[in-house]
Amino acid sequence: MANAYDILIIGGGPGGYVAAIRAAQLGFKTAVVEREHLGGICLNWGCIPTKALLRTAEIYHYAEHAKDYGLKLEGKVSYDPAAVVKRSRAVSGQLNGGVGFLMKKNKIDVIWGEATITKLGEVSVGKPKKQPMQPQHPAPKGTLGEGTYQAKHIIVATGARPRVLPGIEPDGKLIWTYFEAMIPPEFPKSLIVMGSGAIGIEFASFYRTMGCEVTVVEVLPQILPVEDAEIAGIARKRFEKQGIKILTGTKVTKIDKGANDVTCTLDDGKGKTSTLKAARVISAIGVVGNTENLGLEKLGVKMDRGVIAIDAVGRTNVPGIYAIGDVAGPPMLAHKAEHEGTICVEAIKGLHPHAMDKLMIPGCTYCQPQVASVGLTEAKAKEQGLQVKVGRFPFVGNGKAIALGEPDGLVKTIFDARTGKLLGAHMVGAEVTELIQGFVIAMNLETTEEELINSVFPHPTLSEMMHESVMDAYGRVIHT
Amino acid sequence: MPTNILMPALSPTMEKGNLAKWLKKEGDQIKSGDVIAEIETDKATMEVEAVDEGVLAKIVVPEGTSDVPVNDVIAVIAGEGEDVKDVGKGDFSQPATKAADDKSKAETAKQVEKAQPAPASASTNGSGQQAPQQSAPPAPQPQQQTNGQGRVFASPLARRMAKDGGLDLTAIQGSGPHGRIVERDVKAALEGGTAKKAQPGAAPQPGVPAPKLAPSGMSDDIVKKMFEPGSYEEVPHDGMRKTIARRLTDAKQTIPHFYLTVDCDIDALLKLREQVNASASKDKDGKPAFKVSVNDMVIKALALALVRTPGANVTFTENAMLHHKHADISVAVAIPGGLITPVIRKADLLTLSGIANAMKDFAARAKDRKLKPEEYQGGTSAVSNLGMFGIKDFVAVINPPQSSIIAVGMGEKRAVVKNNEIVVGNVMSVTISCDHRAMDGAKGAELIAAFKQLIENPMGMLV
Repeated sequence: MANAYDILIIGGGPGGYVAAIRAAQLGFKTAVVEREHLGGICLNWGCIPTKALLRTAEIYHYAEHAKDYGLKLEGKVSYDPAAVVKRSRAVSGQLNGGVGFLMKKNKIDVIWGEATITKLGEVSVGKPKKQPMQPQHPAPKGTLGEGTYQAKHIIVATGARPRVLPGIEPDGKLIWTYFEAMIPPEFPKSLIVMGSGAIGIEFASFYRTMGCEVTVVEVLPQILPVEDAEIAGIARKRFEKQGIKILTGTKVTKIDKGANDVTCTLDDGKGKTSTLKAARVISAIGVVGNTENLGLEKLGVKMDRGVIAIDAVGRTNVPGIYAIGDVAGPPMLAHKAEHEGTICVEAIKGLHPHAMDKLMIPGCTYCQPQVASVGLTEAKAKEQGLQVKVGRFPFVGNGKAIALGEPDGLVKTIFDARTGKLLGAHMVGAEVTELIQGFVIAMNLETTEEELINSVFPHPTLSEMMHESVMDAYGRVIHT
Repeated sequence: MPTNILMPALSPTMEKGNLAKWLKKEGDQIKSGDVIAEIETDKATMEVEAVDEGVLAKIVVPEGTSDVPVNDVIAVIAGEGEDVKDVGKGDFSQPATKAADDKSKAETAKQVEKAQPAPASASTNGSGQQAPQQSAPPAPQPQQQTNGQGRVFASPLARRMAKDGGLDLTAIQGSGPHGRIVERDVKAALEGGTAKKAQPGAAPQPGVPAPKLAPSGMSDDIVKKMFEPGSYEEVPHDGMRKTIARRLTDAKQTIPHFYLTVDCDIDALLKLREQVNASASKDKDGKPAFKVSVNDMVIKALALALVRTPGANVTFTENAMLHHKHADISVAVAIPGGLITPVIRKADLLTLSGIANAMKDFAARAKDRKLKPEEYQGGTSAVSNLGMFGIKDFVAVINPPQSSIIAVGMGEKRAVVKNNEIVVGNVMSVTISCDHRAMDGAKGAELIAAFKQLIENPMGMLV
C-alpha cells in the first residue's frame, strides 16, 4: 500500500527528522509529517538563527573593542537590523533546505499538514490549524498531502511552544516570544526579559551587546537556574558589568501596554511592588509540549506533568505509539530529542540501544560569556549525600585565554571523593560550549580522575583548563 | 575482503564449544560446503562447513582449544587474489566488537551433525544420572567480553570500584557496549554479592560462590596435590561431562528431593510381555515388527500413572505450577563417555510397540551422538534403569524441568508373602525421586502407587 509505512513520525524537528533518517538507515519505510517547517523550532526559530544573531553581536563587540587588539577601525561601527535579521534567516533557510535534501536522499516521504492519530496504526493528515510564523521558508517540493496514512509504529515528535502566563499573553508587537525577538524590525531601545533560562539570557545578551537597555526578571533566586550556582554567579557578575540589570526573586505580575511601550509591575517577593517601563518585553518563561489535537487522549496515552510519559526508549503506555523530544519531557533540548529519536527507532528494530541517561545530557547557553555544563551541580551532588572533590581553574591562568583577550571564566569539575567518578563539569567563559563535550565523553566512558589527569591536553588551548581543573580537585593544579 | 570464520552456534543455547579438529590446514583451497573443522559441544560433535570460497589464510584458534566462545573468529579465508600473508596480520584477537556485525554470517554457517562410528554397545537402560539438557534460551544481554587473551573490558570507574570492593572482575557480567563492565554492573555485584571476592593466591575460600560449571569445593591444584604426580592420567572434560556436572550440581542444590520406594510384583508383567512379543508380526526375514522390553512397559506405566494422578505431572516455576496435559518421559541412555536422555513425547498416548520402536531408534542414534536438541530437551518425568547391572535399588537425581524420576532396579526372584505363605515371586524395586516444591509426600506416594498398580496389573496399560 502506498500510504502504509513501517514508521511514521509526527513532526520534522531535530528529533523527528533524525529519527526518520535512522529509521531509513535500518530499512524501515518511513514518513515524516510536518505542518510548517522541516528542522523544527531548533533550526527555524531557535538554536540556529539565534546563533547567527549572537555571532553578529560577537563581531560587533570585537569591532567596538578593536583597539584592545591594536586595530584601528576609523569611524563609528554601526549595524543594520534588517541585514542582521536577513543573515540569520538565510542561515536558517540554508539548513532548512538541507533537511529537505536529507529526507529525499534517504527516501523518506514528507507529508505536509497537521496529523491526528485516528486509531492505532492510522494517522489522518489535514490542513494545519496553526498559522505558521512568518516569514516562512518555502515548503519542500514533492511532499505528500492531506489524507489517511497507515503506520505500524507512530512516533510523536511534535516539540514544544512558548509557555504563556495568564494575563501576560504575548501579542507579537509589544510582548514578544522568541519568534518576534528573532526578527525585530528594529532593535528596541529598552527591553525587559522575563525568565533567565537559556532563551531569555541569550536574547538579553544579544540585545545588550547591540546597545539596548536590558533588564532580566527572574522569579528564582538565581539566573540560569539549572546551572551550578557558582557558575551562574560568575555569569551574573559579567552580565551586570556589561550593563544588564538583573532582578532575581522577582515576578512580573502585570503588564500595561502603552502606544509603543510597556509598563511592567514587579513583585520582589517580599511584598514590595514597583513598576518598570521598557519598549518591549520578551516572555521567555519556558516552553510547553505540543500534545494537543493529536488524538492521544482518545487512545489513552499516559501523560505526565503536561508531557507524554515514555520509558527509556521512547515507548508510551500504548503499544505502537512512541514519543521523543520536547513533547516527551525535559530537558527540552534539540540534542536530547535527536538522541531519543535514534534510541526509539533502534528499539523498534529490536536492537538493544542504551537507555537515555539524562544526567549525561550537556547544556549550552550562548550568551557572552558562554555557559556549558554536564552532570550534577555541586549542590545536587551534596544533596545526594555524596562526598565530593571540587576542582576549579580560572581563565586568567590559561595562556590561550589571555592571548584571546578572554581572561574571565571558570572551569569547575566535581568528583565523587570515594570512587573518582566524574559527577559533573560546569564552565563559564569564552568557547566553553565547544569544550564541554570532552567531559561528556569522559563521563560516558566512566573515566576517573586518573585517566583525565593521564591524558595529554594540547598547548596552548582553552582545553588545558579542563586538565587543570581536574588536577585542582586532587591538589595537583599547576598554574594557579 | 578476507572473510572471518566465526565459531558457530550449533544450538540456540550454545555459548561455547571445543574446537576439536581442523580438517583443513592453512593454505588449503576452500570451496563452499567443504567441511573445515569439527566442533565439539556439550552434546555432540558437529562439522563446520565453509560458506565462502577462497584460501584458508589463517587458523586463529588451534585445534584442541576448549571453550571457544560462539562468534569468536576461528579462522580467516582470503578471497581470490588476496594476499594470504597480509590476511594473517590482522588483529583477530578482538572478536567481541565484530560479533554483532558478523552474526548473520555465523548463522548462515551450515552445521552438519557428524556420524561417528558407534564404538560400543548401547543399552536402553541408563545410569542413575540423567543427561543434561539446556532449557533456558540465551540471555539477551551480551556476554562479558574478553579479547581472547584474558583481558577483561571494563570502564576505569568499574575497575577502581571492583578493586576497592575486593571483587574479581572476571566474575562480573558486563552490560555496557560489547559487554563492557560498567559502573552499574560492579554496583550490582557489590550489592548482590554475585561476584566472588578477588582472591590473592590460588586457594579459594570454601563457601564463596564461584561461577564455575561445577563447583567442586576445591581448586584443581589442591585436588591434584593429593595424588602422587604421575600416578594418574589427566583427561580434559568434554562438553557433555561439563554439562552433566553443571546441570546435576544445580539440580541437587536447588531441588529439594524426597524419595519413596516400592517393591513391584512383576509376574503378570513378564507374562504379558511374552504374549505381546509373541503377537508381533514378522517380516520376510523373520524379524518381528517390535520387541517390547520391561523398560518400555515401565515407561508406559509411568506415563499413565502421571496423567491419572492429578497434580503429579507438573513443573515448578517461580510464579506458577505448570500442569502438563501429557506425559513426556525422558529415558536415560548410557553412551560411551556419558549419557543422554531422549524424551518419549506423549508416552501416555503411545502403544507399547510404539514406545519400543521409538526407544530402539533413540538408542541407536544416541550412541552416535546424533540426537537433535529437541529430542533430548524437556520432559515431565524420567526413567532411569540400572537393573541390567544387578542393582537392586537406587535413587536418581531429578533433571529439571522434570519434577520426578523413577530409579528402576533389577527384576529378581525373591521370597514374598502371598496368601500368608512365603513363595517365590518376581519382584522389582522402584524408587521415585520427587521435587518437593512441585509435590508433597502424599502426592508422590499416590503417583508411585498408581505406577505400582499398573505394573502389577499390566492389562491396564493395554486398554
